[in-house]
Amino acid sequence: MKSGNRPLSPFLMYRPQLTSVLSITHRLTGLALAAGTLLFTHWLTSAAYGPEAFARAQALIGSVFGRLLLFGWTLALFYHLCNGIRHLAWDAGWGFELPRLKATGWVVIVVSITLTFLSWAAGYAVRGGA
Amino acid sequence: MVEFTLPANSKVGKGQTYGAGPGATRVRRFRVYRYDPDSGENPRLDTFDLDLDRCGPMVLDALIKIKDEVDTTLAFRRSCREGVCGSCAFNIDGTNTLACIKPIADIKGDVRIYPLPHLPVVKDLVADLSLSYAQYASVKPWMQADTPPPTHERLQSPEERAKLDGLWECILCFCCQTSCPSYWWNPERYLGPAVLLQAHRWIVDSRDEATGQRLDELDDSFKLYRCHTIMNCTNACPKGLNPGKAIGEIKSALARRR
Repeated sequence: MKSGNRPLSPFLMYRPQLTSVLSITHRLTGLALAAGTLLFTHWLTSAAYGPEAFARAQALIGSVFGRLLLFGWTLALFYHLCNGIRHLAWDAGWGFELPRLKATGWVVIVVSITLTFLSWAAGYAVRGGA
Repeated sequence: MVEFTLPANSKVGKGQTYGAGPGATRVRRFRVYRYDPDSGENPRLDTFDLDLDRCGPMVLDALIKIKDEVDTTLAFRRSCREGVCGSCAFNIDGTNTLACIKPIADIKGDVRIYPLPHLPVVKDLVADLSLSYAQYASVKPWMQADTPPPTHERLQSPEERAKLDGLWECILCFCCQTSCPSYWWNPERYLGPAVLLQAHRWIVDSRDEATGQRLDELDDSFKLYRCHTIMNCTNACPKGLNPGKAIGEIKSALARRR
């Protein structure tokens, strides 16, 4: 029997689990936050650069596309924050049991979406209209 | 390294189809991963239609029926048929579990049976677990003590003994180990949930005197800390144990020691 050229058993057909989907989302939102921070920094530095540069940055971020990016960034921020708190709880030794694992996972999903919509609603309320 | 594809020699091709035969009343379709090391061909997915009215209730019963009556060349490990030996661990319906305690009735649609994920395949559903066994040996899964043996047993209080509950029951089926994406991508360096649960079983044993060395050995960015608390392990364990929690407790023990 040959043993040198054994195939690798499939692994990507593993059924997505709540556990693993939340975990990979934590990573992806972390990456998105890093990218979003660049955009945010661009906006801030352009304010220091002068009124014309700031107007350009403001036009980019204020456009529909820019707002979509900001919305995604807000969602990534709240998800990463909430799931980060979940990680802190695990580091403190709490929440490893399967029912808690699933319950806190759903709480993270619901709370991060709710906070995202609340902060956008608050933003538009303060700014007054779209 | 993170991989999202299978090597060329591992891509799964189309296999053969075996009908349920005339007179079958309650037919269920089973799709089984096959690999014949002597053929030189790629693995394939064979389809077996079985009559559930002439088959036992568990997935293992179906595999035994296939081997008995349809294709005797099908290779898979099995022994106790009641969830205590850990031999018949496969990826069934997308998650890792023991075929002997997985009811066919719990699965919707075709019953897909693969070997445990991301391991070298010896034949059909038999995966090579040598690496995990070597990692298990590396945590020295036996009691170590420098004090001379007493004239009677080394005693434990009921509280000390209770710390082993949820750990000693592990049957080393490696369902958790091979459900872990981190283990898929760093199998040579990350010990994996099954081996770390076993390591924890000896760390918390009040009779063991090598706790310090055991923690020293694990204090490594790959051996232990490739665990990112994904928790697929705990989700997969067919014995209802909690490898993710055991790993968390090792991390806590290391943090407290600093």
